[in-house]
Amino acid sequence: MKVADHAERSRIFNKDVDRVDWHDETLWFVRGKRDKTIHQIPEWEELRNTASQIKAHTLSNLHYYLQEFEKNATANGVTVHWAKDGAAHNQIVLEILKKNKINQMVKSKSMLTEECHLNHFLEENEVEVIDSDLGERILQLAKDTPSHIVLPCIHMKKEEIGELFHEHLGTPAGNADPQFLTAAARESLRNTFLNFKAALTGVNFAIAETGEIVVATNEGNADMGVHLADVHIASMGIEKLIPQRKHLGVFLRILTRSATGQPITTYSSHFKKPGAGKEMHIILVDNGRTRQLGRADFRNSLKCIRCGACMNTCPVYRRSGGHSYHNVIAGPIGSILAPNLDMKEHADLPFASTLCGSCSNVCPVKIDIHDQLYKWRQVIVKEGYVDPAKKVAMEVMAKALASPTLYRLAGKAARTTLKYAPFVVNNKFNAWYLHREMPEVPKSSFGEWYQKNRKNND
Amino acid sequence: MKVALFIPCYVDQFYPNVAIATLELLEKYGCEVSYPKNQTCCGQPMANSGFEHLTGGCDRNFVNNFKGYDYIVAPSGSCVLHIREHLHDEDDPEEAKKIRETTYELISFLTDILKVKELNASFPHKVGMHQSCHGLRGLKLAQMSELNAPDFSKPAQLLNMVKDIEIIHLGRVDECCGFGGTFCVAEEAVSVKMGQDRVADHIQHEAEYITGVDMSCLMHMEGILKRQKSNVKIIHLAEILNGGTK
Amino acid sequence: MTSRDEILAAVKQNQPELIDLPALDLFFETENPSDIASFSKVLEAIGGKAYEVNDYSEIIAQIKYDFLLEGKRVVSDLPEFSAIAKPYTGTDNHELADVELMILPAHFAVAENGACWISSELFADPIMPFIPQHLILIVKKENVVATMNQAYALIATKDYAYAAFIAGPSKTADIEQSLVLGAHGPKSMKVFFV
Repeated sequence: MKVADHAERSRIFNKDVDRVDWHDETLWFVRGKRDKTIHQIPEWEELRNTASQIKAHTLSNLHYYLQEFEKNATANGVTVHWAKDGAAHNQIVLEILKKNKINQMVKSKSMLTEECHLNHFLEENEVEVIDSDLGERILQLAKDTPSHIVLPCIHMKKEEIGELFHEHLGTPAGNADPQFLTAAARESLRNTFLNFKAALTGVNFAIAETGEIVVATNEGNADMGVHLADVHIASMGIEKLIPQRKHLGVFLRILTRSATGQPITTYSSHFKKPGAGKEMHIILVDNGRTRQLGRADFRNSLKCIRCGACMNTCPVYRRSGGHSYHNVIAGPIGSILAPNLDMKEHADLPFASTLCGSCSNVCPVKIDIHDQLYKWRQVIVKEGYVDPAKKVAMEVMAKALASPTLYRLAGKAARTTLKYAPFVVNNKFNAWYLHREMPEVPKSSFGEWYQKNRKNND
Repeated sequence: MKVALFIPCYVDQFYPNVAIATLELLEKYGCEVSYPKNQTCCGQPMANSGFEHLTGGCDRNFVNNFKGYDYIVAPSGSCVLHIREHLHDEDDPEEAKKIRETTYELISFLTDILKVKELNASFPHKVGMHQSCHGLRGLKLAQMSELNAPDFSKPAQLLNMVKDIEIIHLGRVDECCGFGGTFCVAEEAVSVKMGQDRVADHIQHEAEYITGVDMSCLMHMEGILKRQKSNVKIIHLAEILNGGTK
Repeated sequence: MTSRDEILAAVKQNQPELIDLPALDLFFETENPSDIASFSKVLEAIGGKAYEVNDYSEIIAQIKYDFLLEGKRVVSDLPEFSAIAKPYTGTDNHELADVELMILPAHFAVAENGACWISSELFADPIMPFIPQHLILIVKKENVVATMNQAYALIATKDYAYAAFIAGPSKTADIEQSLVLGAHGPKSMKVFFV
């Protein structure tokens, strides 16, 4: 069965205008905080340039840096694993847990494990997983998925969360105070931290030179999990590498400012060696990344540091919600990553954009997101993942627009019916007219006016 | 200076007054303007839909029509951006390259090439300036709100020469209106919501007119304004600069 | 072929020609403030608080003013706080779960973002900055740098098992973007410059 596409999901999301407005304004507010903070950094644009170049360099030398990282991490006492895809990654996690006879794991924020559907796999294998990031925990209780990579439950209202906590954590019915609900989660998760023997974290940056990984959180949940557990598993995509520790001086200046407008996350934790008597594992995951590396037009998408700024600024994302993208990573960046994973399934996503270009401008590593959306459209059409009716319409239009005679004929028709106007070409029920009036039809086209009034010039 | 007028297809068909204003403006500043009559479209509607490979015929027609001029000027940032970034002709690559480099959107042609210092125009109204994305982020007609970089605005530079005009401030200075070519029908719900929100920002700040450099965005917002039975009108920047009376 | 070899082979085949690594020199040319006042302003904006004091007795007086510590556990390995705190000497860090206030040294502070740099050799266990209800960091007055570029110039080659920048109290805004201090870690975080 075909999943509903972005347009259809957006149409449903837009039925609740108040919620759309709330979603739009809340994320726009985050964009505003980002704007305010970047204007305090005179060298902001140079930081973006440099970060982009560091990532470009790293991707061009990734073969070396991956081995360098492995060598140095191993020397630090860390076990390094390699996983070709999500299934291999999940299997590695399970084996580490089994070997240590552990059946409970606390997990901090990791979009990669969402991509691999780790929770579901571990639950099937009788491992209890508890997400410790508050937003992720809320989603776990709600059996829902993140709609934003930094603000995972931005699609939920506090009343819904209050209801959920009442059901699962025993908070009083009707209490939807964020302060109170956060305190309840703190209480419940502290127990988890103190009792669980394994902790999985994501990775924001991995440093080839030192073999260490860096994890950024505001809550402190990654550290609470890791330092109180016996086994630390860190899952990372192979594109998370940077060459040297000093390069963090660039990335940590731009990551959180772009994400939420904070100058830095509360905690920027550098995990280098396992504690005495403890284990530390790092899983390097490919899952399509090497394929994307080989696509010259789309390679730059691997520079992404997952700040979510492109989502906050995207006028389409703000008004369609993260779930409308039916992909683990939503928004503009998700739309250029997803077709690499499954082009047919995600053929609609590069079209879920007006190509306004705001995403590329906020991107702290200067990914040419909107240009890549344009390029994916060309690839998707060439690969045949497009509505045949649209293809026929486009061929007819291309023919008409290549011939001045046909164009003039079509133009006359368009002025009376709008039927063949380019912007409504693929539309069966005239979607333009549902909420918009047609332009007033002038007596003559400019071409006709010109014939009458500027004959001498012709 | 020999200038060819490039009038986007939907302007030709639905907004001839915008084309006339553009023509008259260029003539006022001494340009020798021609309108190559066999022009059709820049090909953007196909290209943005993923059918760039079908734009060869369009491109060839464009090159045939527009070769031999000093400049090509259009009252549309979007179409100009498409020509500048995507016009190709295998039969005549040199000419295509020259056309890419000499095709200008009207406003930047007035400020950068004609270096207009004064205008004879009056427009005693409150006007909201819509920054069309392709003009703004593609052609860099004004500073983009996302960057930490010095402020400038070519449209504002010209509007400031218009007498009696009052430019209103907006809550969101350069958010997309949601037109987006075929997006406006393929993603009807979001497109309309974006347009409604954009229009609301102008209305909330008491605009009588919404102006801009791209008729496509304005046509979309006009459609929404009219459906809402609003008194707020749309007007292309060329029409204001050409004297201001409709 | 192992997964490792397969991934590395695919990387080698698909990575583009080598692109130069940019220098970072230009981030040392701009003059950014590196004073305690600038640091304090940023830290306050992110929910923390900084004090500049003359000696440790002033810190203790301020702590007594800010916290009701009677019957509460205060931990610090710094001998200057022996009057109000006990050092941590245990072997199972779970025993720290009931600590009300932790007082720890930090290497330096960063003016641009209100962060302090700590590393594992400064204290007995890496959970110590995270597990207490409240955290105090002690920094020498002269140890403030302007930006993260300067910070990493200081620590580029340092060895540690674990290290972190800490900027303010633990926080979350996951519920409707309402900021709440004290997500999992300390509910308050203060920095004393001495």
